Amino acid sequence: MTVISMNSVHTPVAPQTGVQPMVSFRDVHKSFGALEVLKGIDLDVMPGQVAALIGRSGSGKSTALRCINGLEKINGGELTVCGRNLRARDFELRDLRKEVGIVFQSYNLFPHLTVEQNVTLAPRKVNGLDAAQSRALAAEVLEQVGLSDKALSYPEQLSGGQQQRVAIARSLAMRPQLMLFDEVTSALDPELTGEVLRVIGKLAAGGMTMVLVTHEMAFARQVADLVVYMHQGRVWEAGKGTMLDDPQTVELRQFVGSGL
Amino acid sequence: MDYVFDFSFLESFRSEIISGVRLTILLTVVSILPGFALGTACAVGRLYGPRWLQTAVTIYIEAIRNTPLIIQVFWLFFGLAVLGARIGPFNAAVIALVINTGAYSAEIMRAGFQAIPKGQLEAANCLAMTRRQIFWNIQLPQAAELVYPALVSQFILMMLATSIMSQISVEELTGVGYQVQSITFRGFDVYLVIAALYLALATMLRLCLHGAAQLAFTRLRRLRTPL
Repeated sequence: MTVISMNSVHTPVAPQTGVQPMVSFRDVHKSFGALEVLKGIDLDVMPGQVAALIGRSGSGKSTALRCINGLEKINGGELTVCGRNLRARDFELRDLRKEVGIVFQSYNLFPHLTVEQNVTLAPRKVNGLDAAQSRALAAEVLEQVGLSDKALSYPEQLSGGQQQRVAIARSLAMRPQLMLFDEVTSALDPELTGEVLRVIGKLAAGGMTMVLVTHEMAFARQVADLVVYMHQGRVWEAGKGTMLDDPQTVELRQFVGSGL
Repeated sequence: MDYVFDFSFLESFRSEIISGVRLTILLTVVSILPGFALGTACAVGRLYGPRWLQTAVTIYIEAIRNTPLIIQVFWLFFGLAVLGARIGPFNAAVIALVINTGAYSAEIMRAGFQAIPKGQLEAANCLAMTRRQIFWNIQLPQAAELVYPALVSQFILMMLATSIMSQISVEELTGVGYQVQSITFRGFDVYLVIAALYLALATMLRLCLHGAAQLAFTRLRRLRTPL
């Protein structure tokens, strides 16, 4: 299974097995009005893989990520996520979103709820967990992000890094098959960035399938099984993290060289 | 000035004054919650409803906010009577207060809903929550908290506005004051007392609403954040 695109260099990334990809873009197009942001994306993310989307602002990487859980509707091509075709007639967005977690740059926690309530709101309302089950669940996911002692705090009492880890815990509480991270450390200073990246790294090591949009090149190289360099709405170059050491295209060379 | 105060009317008209206070409280208490509920529903309709509903709600809000309350009451009481619908003065007063408060609190709540960052709603959507779940668990509590001081002001204004209801023979506090004054001719003393009673009622209402906020908004209570 190779990734094919018109004018860019690719390395085959998906292993040749019978396993279905968790995320599969096939010639995906997306426009905002007259502006075409995605100009035919092909990309496979296999179960257990970590894919890092990198590229300049405006390259379409965040849009591509947001298409995966239906925050943006694609205009052309095929997009399959967790075995669901997003353009199928019987496609139910809420069913997909029970299986796909997403973490945003701006945390988007619910400020009027405690950390525990933030984490358990959706499991209680959507999955019907009772009070005891949801408390146990909160304890488990807060432990995963290292915030067991903050269950009863409110978001405003936490640092940015802690808030972002709560947001990760809130997504994990839905027991997703796939996690999406949209520039989750861009609003954090380097020290707080570290604590969030460690949590994501731990999840990756635990086998979680993830797609992340990031500006942290060192982190992408380290945890990603697949690094995808996007440029002008296309997958320009894709491969293992080592591709960053030996870019095949001028654009990626410039991008890596710019020290981002 | 050698004016001599005379508060003896407090004794002679005691029961009238008490019943006036009671009626003012009753009008206020039965109108606040339905008015707030109507306002919230209208805010939601104006923000998220289909186009026809947005238009209908906007017409209602602007019609009420740009006409005097007393004309609204007269229209309900005398106007509907002409059409053969006699609803009684107390009912007319309550309906007018609810409709009036509904229109004003609709705009207040709309501001509250709009002040919630869109990202939160996006996050809730991505957690597979339904619109209904998002509204009750995320939007309503936060909107109400954000605009609570404005709501409190509006409810107190509504209580003070009950003072016009004696115009349709609902003998609330102001109506009683007018009667006492017209019998005793002690206008200065009588209206001083009436004003003091309104001040006391408004303070009590403010305290009650503050207490309700402490119950409703757990975070403010726990973090001791002033409203």
